[in-house]
Amino acid sequence: MTNLISRLFKNNPRSGKVAKERLQMVLIHDRTNFTNNMLELLKDDLIATISRHIDIDPSSVKIEMNSTGRQQRLIADIPLKQSKRKLR
Amino acid sequence: MTAKVITITSGKGGVGKTTITANLGTAIASIGQKVVCIDADIGLRNLDVVLGLENRIVYDLVDVVEGRCRLRQAMIKDKRNPDLFLIPAAQTRDKSAISPTDMIRLCNELRELADWIFIDSPAGIERGFRNAIAPADIVIVVTNPEISAIRDADRIIGIIEAEEKGPAKLIINRINPAMIRRGEMIAIEDIVELLAIELIGIVPEDEKVIVSTNKGFPISLDEKSLAGRSIRNIAHRIYGEDIPFANLESNGNLFTRITSFIRSSRGEK
Repeated sequence: MTNLISRLFKNNPRSGKVAKERLQMVLIHDRTNFTNNMLELLKDDLIATISRHIDIDPSSVKIEMNSTGRQQRLIADIPLKQSKRKLR
Repeated sequence: MTAKVITITSGKGGVGKTTITANLGTAIASIGQKVVCIDADIGLRNLDVVLGLENRIVYDLVDVVEGRCRLRQAMIKDKRNPDLFLIPAAQTRDKSAISPTDMIRLCNELRELADWIFIDSPAGIERGFRNAIAPADIVIVVTNPEISAIRDADRIIGIIEAEEKGPAKLIINRINPAMIRRGEMIAIEDIVELLAIELIGIVPEDEKVIVSTNKGFPISLDEKSLAGRSIRNIAHRIYGEDIPFANLESNGNLFTRITSFIRSSRGEK
């Protein structure tokens, strides 16, 4: 009963969808041998390297694994900081 | 005759490889094609009992490979269909008794004697699986709508591609339409999207499969069984007929909904 109520109010996903989402993550890791931990390390390295050349906001950097069919992609979204010259 | 070699594999055990192999073989033989089913699961043979031929075994796969009998002596003719043959696995040996090269040589000899060769692969990604896919022209991966089976299917699909035997084709077995409707089973289109290979068949969970296996009577011979009909349809697709999924299970039964993800199913009979 509590289960039903929480599902109604919290918009709890059904287990079929949960399975799909969990599988998406597991399969990417299985296929690439690349873990979430390694992704975090890569993100830190990437931020350090890019920051040496251009101003970025480290907290808004997003890096994730994506797949189209059986092809995996590494997607990085790195917003630049507003140039100070323009602000003046 | 130059047979096509089709290997049925899965990664995970217990998803229905042997049942699918026995029934695809039976169904294609029923069209009048000459079919040889090979049990490549050495040490854990079962294709013989699913086909109801366990009492007729004299020679097996390892006997052929090691030269103790001629190929034709190890081909057991089916009780019902004279166009269907079984080459059983050895029960007292293990997978290392034969090699991928042995399987290729054996199948090359067999190709002249049949139209289709179906190989029932063992579970796993070891030697037995490598033996089973070595001679394959087409590899079919069987999975269940279950997280562990799908994950293992993905692993095996990757290996099949690496071995240049891909792209594999997919059969989703033991679908429970009621659970899919409730959202408590991963949907067919989600499985196809995740595994990203061509779907050639979906088979519903059906109690009659156990009953027919108990009797050694392949379910694809049962006109009334939904699972039997689904497997017959896959056989016709492999044979080269264009059978839309809509026709597969949409004759006004509970399968209408799960096949509705294929757009064409709407409005078709």
